[in-house]
Amino acid sequence: MKITSGPGRERWERGTLEPALKKSPERSTPFTTISGRPIDRLYTRDDIRDLDDERDIQVPGVFPYTRGIHGTGYGGKLWTMRQFAGFGTPEETNERYKALLRAGGTGLSVAFDLPTLMGRDPDHELSRGEVGKCGVSIVSLADMETLFDGISLADVTTSMTINSPAAMIFAMYLAVAERQGADWTRISGTIQNDILKEFIAQKEYIYPPRPSMRLVTDVFAFCSAAVPRWNTISVSGYHIREAGATAAQELAFTLRDGIEYVRYGVDAGLDVDAFVPRMSFFFNAHSDFFEELAKYRAARRIWSTVMRGRYGAKSERAWKLRFHAQTAGVSLTAQQPQNNVVRTALQALSAVLGGANSLHTNSLDEALALPTEAAATLALRTQQIIAHESGVANVVDPLGGSYFVEALTRDLERDAWHYFERIDAMGGMVEAIERGYPQREVAESAYRFQQAVESKDRIIVGVNEFVSPEQEPFPTLYIDEQTGVRQIAKLETLRRTRDNDRVARALDALRDAASGTANTMPRLLECARAYATVGEMCDALRGVWGEYEEEALI
Amino acid sequence: MAKKIRVVIAKPGLDGHDRGAKVIARALRDAGMEVIYTGLRQTPEQIVSAALQEDADVIGLSILSGAHNHICPEVLRLLKEQGLDDVLVVVGGIIPDVDARKLKDMGIAAVFLPGTPMPDIVGFIDAHARTGIEQA
Repeated sequence: MKITSGPGRERWERGTLEPALKKSPERSTPFTTISGRPIDRLYTRDDIRDLDDERDIQVPGVFPYTRGIHGTGYGGKLWTMRQFAGFGTPEETNERYKALLRAGGTGLSVAFDLPTLMGRDPDHELSRGEVGKCGVSIVSLADMETLFDGISLADVTTSMTINSPAAMIFAMYLAVAERQGADWTRISGTIQNDILKEFIAQKEYIYPPRPSMRLVTDVFAFCSAAVPRWNTISVSGYHIREAGATAAQELAFTLRDGIEYVRYGVDAGLDVDAFVPRMSFFFNAHSDFFEELAKYRAARRIWSTVMRGRYGAKSERAWKLRFHAQTAGVSLTAQQPQNNVVRTALQALSAVLGGANSLHTNSLDEALALPTEAAATLALRTQQIIAHESGVANVVDPLGGSYFVEALTRDLERDAWHYFERIDAMGGMVEAIERGYPQREVAESAYRFQQAVESKDRIIVGVNEFVSPEQEPFPTLYIDEQTGVRQIAKLETLRRTRDNDRVARALDALRDAASGTANTMPRLLECARAYATVGEMCDALRGVWGEYEEEALI
Repeated sequence: MAKKIRVVIAKPGLDGHDRGAKVIARALRDAGMEVIYTGLRQTPEQIVSAALQEDADVIGLSILSGAHNHICPEVLRLLKEQGLDDVLVVVGGIIPDVDARKLKDMGIAAVFLPGTPMPDIVGFIDAHARTGIEQA
């Protein structure tokens, strides 16, 4: 619903627009965003008459934080340039991390391989052909020690993209910190630990939703006391968007997931002012420039409103939505890969204008393979150019007050509230997921988008228009099968040399905790210290909680 | 009237990125084919057994995890073992050029990379799948 009336508007339409349209009709009626949202040809003050400056927009650093959570924007501190990386063995990835830090990266971000993400050891049948392919292979504490060799965990912040086995990997990270003598109360970083979006989109789940939620709240409770500066979850819209969601669906499902975690935390007896400030978010930085930056602004306004209103949080830190953004992998094309540099730069610029607290820019070769070191460096340089040359970081929320941006922010927010109502009516997000609701919504949007590409209602440069007949061969990173061989050999040695009685005792204690109500984190830490593998820890819990399988629907 | 082409769309490997598999499944169905989607994390044994049970003319494998060098030869070997050599096997996903050539040499009929227009995939399957008439 848009307000398009008003005397100034009518005068413009009659006096200026109509003659212009007669002379040259518009390319499209109506124009739509990449999500299919209709956009007016012009926005004026009339479009935002229902918005109240004090209530809805405010100034940066003040509730509802539409204009950003920091009063000084990027004036005090630029966003964290955090490049997601990982491949092959821990030795190879350790080298890449050192290179990224030397190149001026300001945080680490670990990409794990699929066996690790699915809680399988490299010698498991399902791991064949997958070890080290999509990320680094981490089997036990020994690999984690290698991964961070020569990198001081007291001085660097690390983000780890891991979900079903998040608690297990986090336990290993804490064990490495312990070895290095880094104080747990001072180290900082993030584990993704967002299982709900796995059920909705990325599908890397192990256990059924409810025991999975218990693992998440165990981490919340453990960190409140022991690792207070750690971000215990990164509630992720990224994967939901990559799976085909619209901007509004990404916004709505992500924030509703966040609310679900708060609900489960409260039900587990935790204090919102203690655990909510450690929750962070992760959004997709997609191609529609204004819709994306409005999405981030809407996200901050919704989260602060829900935390202060529905959950009565008193701490301002619980009201502030902090988020990481990553440019859209799904927008990268295998055709004319150089074009991806431009796409990524625009997406990153929009994320910065939307107030991202941390950012990953994709490499130009990622529709073809994992990035080469040269491609990863260029991606980082893209952020540095935005930060230091474009001037956009010098003013806080420079687009605040734009008729279009404020109207779009409001419209996205409204769409999210409508989705919340539907999900609440189902009993909550876990219930909605069990009914397949968000999964169907996302698949439907994915198909609609594909049809728009096929019909050329959406142009993708180099793919369905402006196609080059011949493509030059493009150098890419090639990961061979040797990682699997090496990781399996190391695992065999580990099983021979570690104290297997201690491992068995630690796994038993873990099973006991999982069958009862005791927090699993201290038991996982003991498993990690005993060099139990990710597969062994996950199997112990599979034995207690079972495995989840979704219905295959198209 | 010729029998509809029957396609098993399978998602082998450990990853759960099923957007492509689902979009292709719907597009093939809209193009008049019978489509059976296996769901996630199917082993080569499960895929070939689904093809046998469903009397499939075509298997479409969606692989984004990098495990194609392990999965494709296994599927082809098991098909041969079952006497299903005439089932057309196509692969879609992120496959390095050098691997795509190897896969074609071993008997994968086509490798579709990101950005392949849907009509190209439908057309290829239409032209190369065994037909209902030949089966009868």
